[in-house]
Amino acid sequence: MNFEEHAGKSVLNRAGVSVPQGRLCASAQEAEAAARAIGPVVVKAQVPTGKRGKSGGVKLAATPEEASAAAQAILGMEIGGFPVARVLVEEQAAIAREFYAAVLNDPASRSPLVLFSTEGGMDIEEVAATRPESLRRMAVDIRKGFGPADARRLLLGLDLGEAAVPVAGMLVDLYRVYRLHDAELLEINPLALLANGRVVPLDCKLTVDDSALYRQADIAELGAREPLSALEERGRALDLKYIELEGNVGVLANGAGLTMTTMDVVSHAGGRPSNFLEIGGEAYTKGTEALDLVLSNPGVKSLVVNFCGAFARTDVMAGGVIQAWKTLNPTIPVFFSIHGTGEDEAVRMVREELGIEPYDRMEDAISAAVEAAR
Amino acid sequence: MIVRKSDRVLVQGITGKQGTFWTEQMQAYGTTVVGGVNPKKAGQNHCGVPIFATAKEAMANGGFDVSVMFIPPAAAKAAAIDAIEAGAKTVVCLTEHIPSHDVMEMHAAAAEHGTRIIGPNTAGIVTPGEGFVGIMPAFNPRIFQPGRVGVISRSGSLGTLVCLNLVRGGHGQSAFLGIGGDPMIGTTTKDALAALIDDPGTDAIALVGEIGGSMEEEAAELVAKTDKPVVSFIAGRASPPGKKMGHAGAIVTGDRGSYASKRGALERAGAVVVDVPGDLPAALDALMAEAAKRSGAQRLAD
Repeated sequence: MNFEEHAGKSVLNRAGVSVPQGRLCASAQEAEAAARAIGPVVVKAQVPTGKRGKSGGVKLAATPEEASAAAQAILGMEIGGFPVARVLVEEQAAIAREFYAAVLNDPASRSPLVLFSTEGGMDIEEVAATRPESLRRMAVDIRKGFGPADARRLLLGLDLGEAAVPVAGMLVDLYRVYRLHDAELLEINPLALLANGRVVPLDCKLTVDDSALYRQADIAELGAREPLSALEERGRALDLKYIELEGNVGVLANGAGLTMTTMDVVSHAGGRPSNFLEIGGEAYTKGTEALDLVLSNPGVKSLVVNFCGAFARTDVMAGGVIQAWKTLNPTIPVFFSIHGTGEDEAVRMVREELGIEPYDRMEDAISAAVEAAR
Repeated sequence: MIVRKSDRVLVQGITGKQGTFWTEQMQAYGTTVVGGVNPKKAGQNHCGVPIFATAKEAMANGGFDVSVMFIPPAAAKAAAIDAIEAGAKTVVCLTEHIPSHDVMEMHAAAAEHGTRIIGPNTAGIVTPGEGFVGIMPAFNPRIFQPGRVGVISRSGSLGTLVCLNLVRGGHGQSAFLGIGGDPMIGTTTKDALAALIDDPGTDAIALVGEIGGSMEEEAAELVAKTDKPVVSFIAGRASPPGKKMGHAGAIVTGDRGSYASKRGALERAGAVVVDVPGDLPAALDALMAEAAKRSGAQRLAD
């Protein structure tokens, strides 16, 4: 789950990390009032994606009138596919220097990784490529944690001057928040050294592990829900992973890998899949609900049912599809390929109850479905 | 990580519905299951083997080599660390959706104790004709046959399809190594490839990849160094960027983890990457014939 800047800062603040004063505003009037209370401000689009500055989603405003105009310009923009419905109106900071700091899950070391760079405000990939000497990284033993001594070691040799102590403190704080909230990524760019010597996060990018939301209920309501279509919402309510696409060949398969592959083969055969939907794992018993979902997409002109059962029993899945087919009575053609656990029974059921002969090769079933959708 | 009949297997969570079903399947296939774990039923027998309160207790009473976990996400970390601290050589973690911070704690413990973790979110490992650990249809002879091709897959369902295609094309498997669909897994594509390159029973390798992460790119370094033919299929070419395709690890963000990057790295290293899984057997035949010709020429030269 991604957290917009204001939500990420709110999580930091709740955990005792001080952040700049700011207000979340949904209209130009609100932005104007906020600026009147705060003084000179920055008006920033709130969307769960990066590149806001480059898209024109961040503007300085010296007066309440300028804040109103800035909010007017930014609200309603679309950034990275997200419509901007709210802006953060935040005090302008007297910035002396800008840094980069992040804590993230690192698949290579299979541990948390703390990153720091004296090059703030830039993409970290760019820093790594152009100024590698300014970038420090430390893999952390998650059982031991990351303390002040680790932070000092990480910052060794960087010219930080008076900022070294508050920066080290901030890194320890960021690691603490990362651990506390099961973050996949907590990135502060820029992390600013102010003229008064304080170090404060001027931005905040927070991603919390979806698998850990059950124990992060207290902050989950602050997170930005991924925008879902009506059908995707239905899938979520059924606990099925459904992604709506713009094609015309419906896909029903089991397991993430096989479902992706079915979509690939549809494309390879010159067609376009109308969805991703997997009924692997425990969801294999939901064949009926799954088929209903796939057929509810008005773009669907044909359907391919591709089962390769291991854990998921193909006879159970096929039974669900057959039952749904008889209930829904769709008019589009369907093409089956069924292999693996329960295969003989599944094939017999499809043949006898639907009068359809499954294809032996998955590629042949998919080609036929693509042809039928034309 | 290739499962042998001599490997003694402990089943954590043996008394649950899935634990029971798959323990019976493993036993019927010939896997040496020596016990199970369930703290509430310790001292009883289940599937003909003793139940222990902990993996440590199992280690103290007869011992085991490999633990396979049928444990829900919230309890998986504790179970894995129990097995690791007990001295398991390998822990096969089938569980999906374990919080990443828990997974990192598991890996830190495994690194300290020299334990190999396979998974999380793996469907398991199979040595056809010898044994299997996990939830793969090893017992289906249309899918698994003893042979000389090693198969690596992040996905159980796609791995099953690939094995089916291979058997249909006349190729049995020396081993199936399911490594898991999570972003952070213990045994990587590269580790699995290294094991198959070292395995004298493996003549050729089918590497089944997926979009997301950079494991296939890292494995390509080894492809370039081995004489064993490597064929590959990478899933996710048609998947839209920014969406997790069922597997937490299968997501393309920016330029990272793309299909083109993986295919390019493998092809540059000398692997043959096919467009559809059904083309794998023919690609394998061609590469193996070429390799046989090369080694024949080598023998004549000697």
